[in-house]
Amino acid sequence: MNSLDKGAAEKGRPETIKAVPVRHPGRWAGAVVIALLAAMLLSALFTNPAFKWDIVGQYLFHDSIMHGLLVTLELTALSMLMGVVGGIVLAVMRLSPNPLLAGTAWVYIWVFRGTPVLVQLVFWNFLGLIWAKLSIGVPWGPEFWSEQTNVLIPTFVAALLGLGLNEAAYMAEIVRGGIQSVDEGQTEAAHALGMSRFQTMRRIVLPQAMRVIIPPTGNETISMLKTTSLVSVISLEEIFRAGQVIYSRNYQNIPLLIVVSLWYLFFTSVLTIGQYYIERYYARGSNRTLPPTPLQRLRGLFAGKPTPKTNADVVPGLEGGGHV
Amino acid sequence: MTELSKTPAASAEPMVRAENVHKSYGPVEVLKGIDLEVRQGEVFCLIGPSGSGKSTFLRCINHLEKINGGRLWVDGELVGYQQRGDKLHELKDREVALKRRDIGMVFQRFNLFPHMTAMENVIEAPVQVKGETKAAARERGMALLERVGLADKAGNYPSQLSGGQQQRVAIARALAMKPKLMLFDEPTSALDPELVGDVLDVMRGLAEEGMTMVVVTHEMGFAREVGDALVFMDGGVVVESGNPREVLTNPQHERTRAFLSKVL
Repeated sequence: MNSLDKGAAEKGRPETIKAVPVRHPGRWAGAVVIALLAAMLLSALFTNPAFKWDIVGQYLFHDSIMHGLLVTLELTALSMLMGVVGGIVLAVMRLSPNPLLAGTAWVYIWVFRGTPVLVQLVFWNFLGLIWAKLSIGVPWGPEFWSEQTNVLIPTFVAALLGLGLNEAAYMAEIVRGGIQSVDEGQTEAAHALGMSRFQTMRRIVLPQAMRVIIPPTGNETISMLKTTSLVSVISLEEIFRAGQVIYSRNYQNIPLLIVVSLWYLFFTSVLTIGQYYIERYYARGSNRTLPPTPLQRLRGLFAGKPTPKTNADVVPGLEGGGHV
Repeated sequence: MTELSKTPAASAEPMVRAENVHKSYGPVEVLKGIDLEVRQGEVFCLIGPSGSGKSTFLRCINHLEKINGGRLWVDGELVGYQQRGDKLHELKDREVALKRRDIGMVFQRFNLFPHMTAMENVIEAPVQVKGETKAAARERGMALLERVGLADKAGNYPSQLSGGQQQRVAIARALAMKPKLMLFDEPTSALDPELVGDVLDVMRGLAEEGMTMVVVTHEMGFAREVGDALVFMDGGVVVESGNPREVLTNPQHERTRAFLSKVL
């Protein structure tokens, strides 16, 4: 022990500083104003008879609403699955040194991103008008197999193709951004170890790109949940269409729209929470510590403390320095 | 560690042979005809100012960069090409990858895989590329981490390690493929001064075991002490070469003298 350490030991540990924190009167004034506005809004929501909350309660778990909800969730999950898988394939194609692959991906993205998804949905629905039957065979030669288009592509499949293929174009750009965000040195290190292009992409680049890909993908999923309401135009009975069908009979438009909105809101909230934990998972190794949970942030806000940047500042292994 | 014989037979094939190697990026010529030979078991140091092409040359050896002219052999085989008749054929990605297995590389900025622990970094290539079982790879991985003095950090992510520790994990990762040649691209340039020694110690140990090493470095002390041969490069050409102790203490060329006066 040197003399400096000894000196510190003799003086002992100083008292922890207990200072008066900075006050935020503006925040309190703002909170009062917002609380007032919120109270006004709530009272308007519950006192205006047009909302008919009893009817909302009556239809919230109605059979056809539940069935519509199931279709909406299935459509969201399957379209996103198509979107993510298709997006990864398209992104890898676009970054390929092969100009044919890169060009094909570019054209695909150009077409699907350049036309409205609503129009695409209607197109898929009317595919039977363009080609009455679809077949597999030699081009301009004999057919081995064929089927009526309307049988092969029922409304649900048309909806899925419309949403999924469109999503793939958007996901392709998100995945490409993620892949390009990974340091070139990672690819070089993997190649130097003798890893193939495919191994490098699967084992090294994509897992790191995930950190960049996940947040916008979460947004896309939430957006997709709501975009599925568009398929009501091709008469697929998802939740919005189910609500429409009911209020076209009983004229309770507003309560049924509230029912539908509540379900959308509930599932977007579930997705938001899911996204948060997936992001935390993919942040491992890249951040020394994980970001604080929303609860910790909320507590910090009114305590007048700055939001903690991390929830654990001591990392084992750092204090070891370079010596062993 | 036992010191192996470091005097290869005169007839032995050189580990690396470069003949009039040229490399350019578009109109910019980075290598303007490099000739050199790295013998088996030799520690070969490349020094020179930044932009002299020494790192580029190193990266040509494992075909991270494609040469535009001349010939480059590693262990008697052409790098990146195959001679069939009087024509050169480019190697397929798979064939290039196969050859890279035998050449370890250590980068200036470590390039550890940040989403994997130290151990996972070390066993990644043996398991994925060579198809070793995880258990076997782990056992050897532990021995390698122990050897670089980091057995207790096996479960840590790179972001939890200091620069010196990361670089030693990177060396262990390269050694896990049992390479016959190790390339070091300024392995200590990104390190805090007090961490340089640990990395150089590991490299010194490797040299004593007879590993063939090509080292791009600014550590003149290391070159003088451990190096068997040294080349001074400037402007894409080899200006001067020879025994490190002679070149560093008694440089023959004016440009070498000017460079050394700045760095020593």
